[in-house]
Amino acid sequence: MIEISLRHRLGAFTLDAEFRAGPGITALFGPSGAGKTSIVNAIAGLVHPCEGRIVVDGCVLLDTENGIDIPAHQRRIACVFQDARLFPHMNVKANLLFGWRRAQTRASEGEITRIITMLGLEHLLARKPARLSGGEKSRVGLGRALLSSPTLLLLDEPLAALDDARKSEILPYLERLRDEVPMLYVSHSVDEVLRLSNDVVLLRDGHVTGTGSVFQFASGEIGDAATGGVIDARVTAHRDDGLSELSFDGGMLIVSRVNRTIGSALRVRIRAEDVMLAREEPRAISANNVLPAEILDVRETSAAQADIILRCGAAHFTARITRASLARLGLAPGQKVFAIVKSVTIDPQI
Amino acid sequence: MSGYLTAEETQALLLSLRVSFVAVAVALPFALATALLLSRRNFPGKLLIDGIVHVPLVLPPVAMGYLLLIALGTRAPLGAWLLAHFGLRFVFSWTGAALAAAIITFPFQVRGIRLSLESIDKGLHDAARTLGAGALDRFINITLPLALPGIVAVAITAFAASLGEFGAIITFVSNIPGETRTLPLAIYTALQTPGGEAEAARLAALSIALALVFMTIAEYAARRARTKP
Repeated sequence: MIEISLRHRLGAFTLDAEFRAGPGITALFGPSGAGKTSIVNAIAGLVHPCEGRIVVDGCVLLDTENGIDIPAHQRRIACVFQDARLFPHMNVKANLLFGWRRAQTRASEGEITRIITMLGLEHLLARKPARLSGGEKSRVGLGRALLSSPTLLLLDEPLAALDDARKSEILPYLERLRDEVPMLYVSHSVDEVLRLSNDVVLLRDGHVTGTGSVFQFASGEIGDAATGGVIDARVTAHRDDGLSELSFDGGMLIVSRVNRTIGSALRVRIRAEDVMLAREEPRAISANNVLPAEILDVRETSAAQADIILRCGAAHFTARITRASLARLGLAPGQKVFAIVKSVTIDPQI
Repeated sequence: MSGYLTAEETQALLLSLRVSFVAVAVALPFALATALLLSRRNFPGKLLIDGIVHVPLVLPPVAMGYLLLIALGTRAPLGAWLLAHFGLRFVFSWTGAALAAAIITFPFQVRGIRLSLESIDKGLHDAARTLGAGALDRFINITLPLALPGIVAVAITAFAASLGEFGAIITFVSNIPGETRTLPLAIYTALQTPGGEAEAARLAALSIALALVFMTIAEYAARRARTKP
């Protein structure tokens, strides 16, 4: 559990942010200049805010009121930087073990091997950073941070400097890390947030404008980046007809065959444009996925369109329909409807 | 070498190398400390220290030699005290020549080392901090190794420059054969001697050769410093 409360002035910019974060990945989402990096630097101990309190796992790292300010090198908070910041005079192995050598509780040899394998770095250990690709540098940066046995991992736009191909190379590794250590993930990319995070903290102009789950973020209940929905599901069956069944709290999705073992967890993304609504259960219909849902909210987002926020069990997602349809169906919060999901996106894994 | 140089000339060459080596060896740690101080953030008096460090660069070397003579002569308070307590006598001694060369090349050394320190990405320090490295740890494992090629280039340049120091040495420690007569002083002496032109030319050629060799090595080191591994 992480408690953050910071007040800092930097010229005309004022940071006044307070939030909590649990296990898993918490995204700090906001436009450039929202104060994301200032928050991360303050948590790492690289900048000293005028006022604030930072508690990680019950350990008070900063409490200006009581004069507590643990130096950065004793905080056990590791950072993954946008520009990787590998030490150019050390090879990959020495970089990876830099934090490990200085850790209070050192990971075992087996654990080191596991992380090196997980990040696919076995064949790079003897190389100098200058001879690594952008994606490889990012992976080494991740491994170096993880091996320092941090209590919290800060990722400051770790993918921003990479092209799309490199991004999709790194994202699966980040997904694997979700269960390793709590993470604060700074990003201004909706896509990355939807794909990786469990919770979202919205920032604007140095202030927290909303907090909630990634499901609420995706459906548009918090923030204004409504894209549809995110559902964490589990593979329950591979059928003979080339389809797979995924179950989630709220029902079942039938999708094209996914290349994962039965029982494995995966995240499914739904675009708001791909969801149709029906007041009555449609019978003769080509779509495979018809989910019973309840309308949570109706938002008229433009002259022609409206977002209908739906709840289906624990899953929340949004249907984007025309206001003409909204009027014709007479939709209102609280109603039961059927959501017809035309297609879903499942991110590839390694 | 003995076929080319006379015994006296060889003596001057070896003395020059010794004086320059000691000058750099003594000055370098102080130059590193000063460069570290000046490359850190601002502190009161920084401008003054920066100015003092650069004085030998603009002062005529003869004036510097004269100042040293006043300060460290055996009858001057500081000179007398050093002699009484440490048995250190600089005037008319090769150690004085080394001290003069050290002071004259000190500004170069500080500037050069400061440049290589400031070219180190500050982000690497932050990364090391978050990975648990304290101040001394970062200095030893990040700052020094990354600045080392630059420091080496600076040391070699300072060594080559010390070989050529004339004004401060002749003023401070005089021109004593075998004790303070380094290569430039030997050239000067030869030119003052009737029929010594041939010797002056030989020694000048030797000086040029030495300068070329060391500057080539320094340039090689500097290039390695720029294209870090």
